[in-house]
Amino acid sequence: MSLKKHILDLRKRKEKVQQGGGEKAIEKQAAMGKMTARERILALLDKESFTEYDLFVEHEARDFGMDKKQLHGDGVIIGTGTIYGAPICIYAQDFTVAGGSLGLMHARKITKIMDHALKMRVPLIGINDSGGARIQEGVNSLAGYGEIFYRNTLASGVIPQLSVILGPCAGGAVYSPALTDFVFVVDKISKMFITGPGVIETVLGEKISMEDLGGARVHAETTGNAHFFANSEAECIDQIKKLVTFIPWNNTKKAKAFPPKPPKFSGNIEDLIPSDPKQPYDVRDVIRAIVDDSDFFEIQDLWAANMVIGFGRLNGETVGFVANQPLVLAGVLDCDSSDKAARFIRFCDAFNIPIITLEDMPGYLPGVDQEHAGVIRHGAKVLYAYSEATVPKVTVILRKAYGGGYIAMNSRHLGADFMFAWPTAEIAVMGPEGAANIIFKKEIDGADDPDAMRQLKVQEYKEKFANPYVAAAKGYIDSVIEPSETRQLLLHAIEVSASKDDHRPTKKHGVPPF
Amino acid sequence: MSKKKIEGLVDFTVHSLKYKTQLTKKFVDRKPYEAPNHNHVKSVIPGTVVEIFVKEGDRVKAGESIMLLEAMKMMNQIAMPHDGKIKTIHVKPGDRIPKHQLMIELE
Repeated sequence: MSLKKHILDLRKRKEKVQQGGGEKAIEKQAAMGKMTARERILALLDKESFTEYDLFVEHEARDFGMDKKQLHGDGVIIGTGTIYGAPICIYAQDFTVAGGSLGLMHARKITKIMDHALKMRVPLIGINDSGGARIQEGVNSLAGYGEIFYRNTLASGVIPQLSVILGPCAGGAVYSPALTDFVFVVDKISKMFITGPGVIETVLGEKISMEDLGGARVHAETTGNAHFFANSEAECIDQIKKLVTFIPWNNTKKAKAFPPKPPKFSGNIEDLIPSDPKQPYDVRDVIRAIVDDSDFFEIQDLWAANMVIGFGRLNGETVGFVANQPLVLAGVLDCDSSDKAARFIRFCDAFNIPIITLEDMPGYLPGVDQEHAGVIRHGAKVLYAYSEATVPKVTVILRKAYGGGYIAMNSRHLGADFMFAWPTAEIAVMGPEGAANIIFKKEIDGADDPDAMRQLKVQEYKEKFANPYVAAAKGYIDSVIEPSETRQLLLHAIEVSASKDDHRPTKKHGVPPF
Repeated sequence: MSKKKIEGLVDFTVHSLKYKTQLTKKFVDRKPYEAPNHNHVKSVIPGTVVEIFVKEGDRVKAGESIMLLEAMKMMNQIAMPHDGKIKTIHVKPGDRIPKHQLMIELE
């Protein structure tokens, strides 16, 4: 064969394999409103940056007639590329090939690109669209899953790992996304569950649709398994690309700095907040009034909305925001909001992203369901995550900081580097009403008009203790600031802590209250 | 000044203060607490009733097996929680029952 012929032969072979499951299967995929695995990769990565590996890999299964079947690429596409110039390792399961089912070689391709990502110290993106284990390959499929989970765990905290659920992801397969840092879902397309509706109905007699059991909305709103919810694959791809701009390549680097931009906010920041601590406001408005270009990239906006987390930039540098949301459940801490905040704090700490905490919370959510759901061990995660974090940690107390919540929300006592408070801050062991009822019980009960006396004592307590100055007098607060100074002081705090070097005792690892 | 009108605000008490706030779906849907009744034998796992060893009116000692519930491919012996009398039996062999289903009432 002449060289020319060799090249033509290669092209022909490539073309054949790149068709995946063939025309009919691709049509079916499109009819479900889904892109093919290859289309997804090309849409996500920079133009012409995708380099594919293991295109010609084939399965080795011999049982159940599998020896007569050829599965192109064994149902998964792997390779490297870039997103806005950042190097990325990627894999995408191809549903058009045997339903994207995971067999031995399929898993080997995935673990190969995972090993590569970890060695090269670049982010890993996994696009899941698979019917699950390839039954014909038996225990080899299970082995494949296990080897993926193992690598997810080794890579955790070293490189950012993103999971994109663009189809079914059922049974053991769900645990890879669960071990990664961010999970993306798309309405009507993503499905995640351990046991499907069929089994649930047979075993338990409970009838439920796939959508209600483990659809995108369920995971974005109820379970908290998903971090980003999109209405279409195109929107999902935009979210992934945007997230990549906020995070570093690995745990030894900082996120790429952008040109600084002032916020697109011209009003007075103090006007965003009602002075009555019982009236709500949207804390995201405050964040947008502070961050560069008013661009706040919220994470898990639909789940545990009483806590707000997400990325923004200050003077071009990525920071993570953790903020109580008085608009929802008065901004209380509960099981879910604790989990949400704690995991995000650990991500920021692992990847050198300073944490800004905006505090306005009345305490923990009272209730039997919370106590029995383990609010103690869930709440402890927040304490653990803040105390453990060695990235720059800045707190701004906007209004209420009552009780355990004051301690939990990155207080000085947990190692905050900068503690700012607005003059509206109320730092106290509990709200003035509750405190007055306890401290002045005798006076109130003994008064001719107990209600009037209670009002008087509440007012007295408020003036004396429900302010930032008691804590400031002890040095627990570094500075009581005017709201309009907030952005400038945060910029300053980030600037002076650029070379922060804080260490924890050497250990194999801690034992956080998982 | 940007004062947005906020929809869906309700009163929400945390400790001694009443706040105006929105609620989450999960909070609204949460099940109110019910104190456990020690005379109620409920299923701790969904499954199928295989056999019932007692009849109404029987006096049974704590720890004795009163029925067999098949769940997750296992035969589970349901034991009498305390000495007592079988008051009412709410299930029969072959019934497929969910979790927390009242199976037997004692007195």
